[in-house]
Formats: sequence, C-alpha cells, structure tokens
Amino acid sequence: MKNSKAISVKINGKQVEKTIPTHLRLLDFIRNHLKLTGTKEVCGEGECGACSVILAGKIVNSCLIFAVETNGSEISTIEGIAKVDELSEIQQNFIEHHSVQCGFCIPGMVLAGEEIRKENPHSTRDEIKEKLAGNICRCTGYKKIVDAIENN
Amino acid sequence: MKVIGKKTPRVDGVALATGKPVFTDDVSVADTVFIKILRSPHAHAKIVEIDKSEAMGISGVVTILTHEDFPAHYYTTAGQGYPEPSPRDTRILDSTVRFVGDEVAIVAAETNEIAEKSIEKIIVKYEILPANFEMEKATESSSLHPESGKTGIYNTQKNMASHLEAEIGDAEKAFSESEHIFEGTYSTPFVQHAQIEPHITLTWLDENGRLNVRTATQVPFHVRRIVAEVTNFPISKIRVIKPRIGGGFGGKQEILTETLCSAITLKTGRPARLELTREEEFYATRSRHPQKISLKIGLDENQKITAMTANILENCGAYGPHALTVMSVTAQKLFSIYKMQNFKVVGNAVYTNLPIAAAYRGYGAPQAFFALESLMDEIATELGICPIEFRKKNLFELGDELPIMRALGEGREGFKAFVNSNGLAECMEKGRKLIGWDEFQQSDKNSPIQRGIGVATSAQGSGIAGIDMASAFIKMNEDGSFNLLVGATDLGTGSDTALAQIAAEVLCVAVEKIIVYSSDTDLTPFDTGAYASSTTYVSGGAVKKAAEKVIEQILEQGQKFLNLENVKIENEFVIAETGDKISFKDLCTKSFYTENQMQIMAEASNMSFDSPQPFNATFAIVEVDTETGFVTVGKIVSITDAGKIINPQMSEGQVEGSIPQSLGMVLSEFMTFDENGKMTNTNFDDYHIFTSLDMPEIIVDFVETDEPTAPFGAKAVAEIPINAPAPAVVNAIFNACGVRIRNLPITPEKVMKKKI
Repeated sequence: MKNSKAISVKINGKQVEKTIPTHLRLLDFIRNHLKLTGTKEVCGEGECGACSVILAGKIVNSCLIFAVETNGSEISTIEGIAKVDELSEIQQNFIEHHSVQCGFCIPGMVLAGEEIRKENPHSTRDEIKEKLAGNICRCTGYKKIVDAIENN
Repeated sequence: MKVIGKKTPRVDGVALATGKPVFTDDVSVADTVFIKILRSPHAHAKIVEIDKSEAMGISGVVTILTHEDFPAHYYTTAGQGYPEPSPRDTRILDSTVRFVGDEVAIVAAETNEIAEKSIEKIIVKYEILPANFEMEKATESSSLHPESGKTGIYNTQKNMASHLEAEIGDAEKAFSESEHIFEGTYSTPFVQHAQIEPHITLTWLDENGRLNVRTATQVPFHVRRIVAEVTNFPISKIRVIKPRIGGGFGGKQEILTETLCSAITLKTGRPARLELTREEEFYATRSRHPQKISLKIGLDENQKITAMTANILENCGAYGPHALTVMSVTAQKLFSIYKMQNFKVVGNAVYTNLPIAAAYRGYGAPQAFFALESLMDEIATELGICPIEFRKKNLFELGDELPIMRALGEGREGFKAFVNSNGLAECMEKGRKLIGWDEFQQSDKNSPIQRGIGVATSAQGSGIAGIDMASAFIKMNEDGSFNLLVGATDLGTGSDTALAQIAAEVLCVAVEKIIVYSSDTDLTPFDTGAYASSTTYVSGGAVKKAAEKVIEQILEQGQKFLNLENVKIENEFVIAETGDKISFKDLCTKSFYTENQMQIMAEASNMSFDSPQPFNATFAIVEVDTETGFVTVGKIVSITDAGKIINPQMSEGQVEGSIPQSLGMVLSEFMTFDENGKMTNTNFDDYHIFTSLDMPEIIVDFVETDEPTAPFGAKAVAEIPINAPAPAVVNAIFNACGVRIRNLPITPEKVMKKKI
C-alpha cells in the first residue's frame, strides 16, 4: 500500500505487527488501532503531557511522534503500568492521596510519576514540581499529585 | 457519623488511575462519520451564498449541512432551568455570523482528515457587516440580533441582552448622611475554562431507531430537552448517556456539540462523532464574562457600611447564554457578605462581536468579589484600619435576612433568605494565624523585591433557590448492597462518591455497598444538572430522603420476618430487643423469593427555597520585582466554611484546584484579540494556565458549621474557593509596592506603568 509501512513494536510486553499509514501519529496508533484508550489527547501540540507514553525507556508525547518512527521499539502505556489486579505503588498513592479528580490528565501524570521515581526515588517536592511542568492539570492544583509521587 | 466526614476513597478512583475506557471517546461505534465545522473568518457578516459542490465531490464526504438545512428556530445553548432565563438568540446554523469562529457549516466524512479537507473547499460569499468589540460602545453599535422571532432579548436595537435592577432602602439619602464615601471601577477580561477534556459527543441510532447521545456534559437532561427541540425529534426517542467527564467548570453546561452531532446522525442514519480541537476550545466554546463594575460605598463614623450602589456592565460576546443569570449572581453576591440598610444595583449585559461568554465556575461571583474586596481594601488603607477588623465589623450575623435575595432572584423572582450558618469571621481568624498576618514583615524599602500581604473574602450559594431540583432512586440487592441511581452529574468533582457517602450513612452500610450510577436519561431520575454548586446540597438531599424511605422498608420487613415490634439496625442486621436478628442479605433474599415478596426500593425528589452560602477567606503573600513589574505569588492560605464536610480530601481538592484558576485570572490568563476580533492566543503556550512550577505554597483548611437546611449540615464547596484568591493577590500587590490595579489581568507592564 502506498504511503503505508509495516511496523513491529512491543506494547506493554506484547509484540504487535501492523501495517499503518506513514503519517499516523503514535497517539492515534495507540488509541485507534490498538484500542488502548488510556492515553489521552488534550492539546495535540506537545504542551500538556496527557498523551505521554514510555518509548524505549523515556517518557514522550505520543502526539508529536509518527508511529512508524517507533518500529522495533518497546512502548509502555498506562494500561501496562498495573499488573493484573494489582496497582503500581504510584497508582495506589494517587488513590490514597485523592490525587485524581476528573482523571483525564492522570494517565500522563502516573507515567510521569513512574519516571520521576525511577530516575530518583527520593526526589524533593521542588524537583517533582519541575519535572511535572509539562503535564497540565486543571482540577487539582497539583498538590495532591506531588504528594502521590513524593516518596516519604 | 460513620461515613460522613471520614476519609473515603473515590468510587471511580481505580478506573481513572489505571486508564480504563471510561470517557466519551474511549468507546467507538462501527461505521461512524466524523464531523468538522467550518467557522466564520469574519466578526460580523451575512452569508450571501454557500457553494458546497466541490467539497461534496471529495471522496469520503457523506454530507454537508448549512443554515439552509434548518428552519429559523431560535433557542439558547445554555443548559439551565426551563423556561430558560437566557435570551433565545441562537440558531443551530445561521445565515448571519457574529464573531470570528461562529459556525457556518458542518461536514460529515469517513475520516477526520477528509472532513478537514472538505471544509476548506466550501466556498462562502459573505457580505461584511460592521463589527463592535467594545462593550462600552455596544448600545451605540448596529444591532447584532435584529431578526424577528428571537425572544427574551432586553433591547434588540441597543444590543442589550439582559438588564437587572434591585433596590432596598434609599442609597442616595444614606450617602448624603455618610461620614465617608469611596468609589471605584473594576474590570475583568475574557477567561477560558480550559478543562482538559475537549467537548466531545458520539451519537447513533439504536435498534429501535432511538437517538443515543454519549456526551461530555454537566447537564444530560437539558441536553435531551434541547436536542429534541432543535432537531425536532421526540424526547421519548432520545437517550443521553454521561460517562466520566474530563472536567467542565461550567463549559459543559452548554449544549454545543450535541445538537450538531445529533443532526448529522438523524440526517445520515449513521453514528457520528464530533470532538472540538484545543484551538476551537479557546475561541469557539464559552468563557467567563468580562465585567466592568462601578461601586460606591458609604460609611458612618464607626466604619459601618450605610449604603452601597453597584453598576454592572457585562460583555456577553455574540450571543447571550447565561447573560442575565451570571449578572444576577454578581449582583446578589455584592450584597451577600456585608450588612447594610440601603443599596441599589443596576446591570446591563451587552452583545459584542467577540467569542461567547457563559457559565464558568463562580458564575459572576469572581467578578463581584474582585471589585468589592478591592474596594474594601482601598477603604481600610485610606482610613488606616485593619482590613480584617474592618470586614468583621460589617458582616451579616446569624438570623439576619439577606435582603438582596428577596429583591433579586436568579433569572426569576427572589425568595426571602436568612443567614442560618456563617463561619466567615472564624475563617478570617484561622487564616490570619496560618499566614502569619500579625508577624508579617515587609521588605527593606531599598530592596528591588518587595513583599506584600493581602486578604479577601467571598460567598457563593448552594444550588439555585426555588429552581434546582434533583431526584434519586435506591434499590436493595440480595447481598445487602444497594444501587443508587442519580440524575446528578459527576464531572470530575467526586460527587458520585459524596452521594454514595450520604446513602451509606443513612443505610448504615459501608460505602463499598453502594453502587452508584449517575446521569443516564433512560435509567436515572431527573436532575437539573451539575452547576450552581448544587449537587451536595440539592442532589444530596434527594439521596438522603430516598435512603430514609429504604430504611423504613427494611425496618418494616424486619418486623414482619422477626415477628417483633421494636427493632433497630446494627452492622447490617435488623435486630429486635430480644436479640433475634436477620441480616440485610437474608432480609432482601426473603423479600425477593419467599415472604411478603417485594423489591425494597424508594425514590425521592428534592428542591429548596434556600441556597445557603458557603464562605471563604483567602490570604496571599506576593513578591513584586519593582525593576521588572513581575509578580510572584509565594503563599496562599484558603479557609472555607462549607458547612459540615462530607469528604475532607475531596473538599481540599476542590479548594486546591480552584486557586490556580483564580491566580490565572489575575496574572496569566486572558483572551487576546487582533483588530478584527480574532482570538490570538489559542494554545497552552500563549494562553498560560498554571503548571506545577507556577504553584505557590498552599494551605487549605475549613471552619465547619452546621447548616440546618442541608443534608448532614453540608453546604457547597465547588465554586466558593475560586472567588477570593484574585482580590487577595491584588491587595497583596498594593501592600507590597503601592500599585493598585483595578483592571485585570495584572501584567508586568501595568505594574511598571502605575509605579511611575
């Protein structure tokens, strides 16, 4: 097919092979082709962090990347964070601290939290706030989100 | 209390934290068509001709609708009580466009990309009409809505959407007898909700030909009524489903995408999806009304307020949803904290050729308290008195009548209202200690960074008195759990959890035993919707009443099954004085299958002629860089009287989240327009909402009062905390550097200009 390409990626531990249009954004590949709808579109311009996924070990905005660029990579989405019937520690913290209001930014926030913890399990509140600056939330004022990510 | 006031996790927390498919767009329907909107490039123009032949010729385009496809029927997009107090000045698609971004045509295609390509090929011939962008000039400008058939516009020729007046006593006479008189004029800009989930609707016809509308809304029952009216399709054939909502703040109290999407499905017979882009969210949805408020206050020799007059000018933009009611709340709230015998308020809401304003969290109160609390601060400074003591000496007391509520309703007649609970003085005292008011030190006069401290107070309501109505239905299951079905709409606030707590408290069970299902017009009873801070007070009242009826039935069945008179409920058992008992589980199972067979279930409706006021006092510490004019908010202390607190952490979350929205209105959020009325800052780079990095230190606390008219004494908490941070910061800036800014936003340029 013209303007299409076959790709093979490992999403949440599962190998996936698909032929997709070359201009397809990673976000649309994940939401529409793989039906993993936890990843959200809010601004479409890389300003809000709601479409965050972990690509080859780094957190990225999936609205800014073409899916074909990820050929051969490993990708984790929010659906890959919780084990079956078991939430990650960060997810449990989000519930415990009431960090979730409407919840639309939360998949991106949870992934950002996982990354922050991975880089430095004892980040200070100021360091966490700095690293969350690319994730917009309109409901919470961020305080309870920082509470959930802080390891105390 | 076993559940009320106790730490309770959200009933939807796990699903949201794990990214489960709970939002409108997380499901897809086969064979969907995708909709895009062609919008006006002109601020005011008549559509002379639309040529859609080339656009229709693109492969994959299914249909294109324009004003020619709809009768000239006028309605309001405001989702509010019926008949609506807003002017009916809107057509689903019109032959005149009135702002840059107004809807011209809608295209439905096999993909979003094809729909986008197609709208570019629609050729529209416009006749440009004169446009006006200044609310001060609206009454002198050419009429935006001269068409016959529009109703509820106060003065069409003068572009006045709505008008209000209310008067008690004789303000002019009181001014002439006052010791001091102070005046000021204050203005606010267009501000966007910027809720994270865009407006989105999916529609389809089911196997019985009924129209299903899955949509991100705060008002499912108003959606059903308005879609029925606009598409001329019977209410009985429409089902509106509200899944989880990604924030609304009033922006989803409007019926925007639902009518267009429904029209496409009814026309094509195919499922349809319409999601607005972030850019459209900024200029083509709704915003906070800019207002210009002139206040005059008279004081006696004891610094008690003798009279106040207020003049409100409100900018609706091109259409008038909520024009009257937002302005009514501004007027009501100006006279709802401080006691006085004489006052007069006049308000005019006017049309301009700018994007449309409507409901936004606070609903006119943020504008009111920016004006009032700025002037109160100016008076305290001028008279050299403590701003806290000055406010405290003028507060309403318990048992006082609120005369404004008798003089002015919210779009309808007013009702007599009294102050039954008021913790504002305690809020001020608590905040005073937590911010360190008495110990606060200003910076050295020679330092370029000047620190300042400020305070402001505010009030809101709990639902709309005499208008809002909610209902609830509860049924018991044979494992001792209960289904709670409510028309109330959780838009991310956590109201499903609060309502489950109320039910659990009355039914004497754990919250986990309550299965909440909210807002589906086929399955849940009616509720006016999630707005006006109504859910805890109005919908909570309905849940409490329904649960009380269910408990009565459980006790009656218990008496029958135990064959004993005196029974009570304990640990999910009905227990007699003799010690004989039956579990909820056995009681319900018996009721289903074997003895005195019945479904234990009850429903209740609730409305109130009261709308008890929650109160808030907010304190701010700021730093002003006097060399650049740059303002940094260092600390906010926000203390709220929301009556009895149902869920402490959710209530804190409401307050914490409102603070950056209010700070944004002062410092970084304002819609800007070019000379043709086109909005210029339509992304999160240019329209800056607070990020985690911008956040000051925040301390949130409550003063609990017991509101006698409320379920478990609980007043509202959703809107109240958004009002006072803005004036507290404005007052702190004045305290820091002597610069008093009366027109928001406060930019470094304005600070520098005033400083010189």
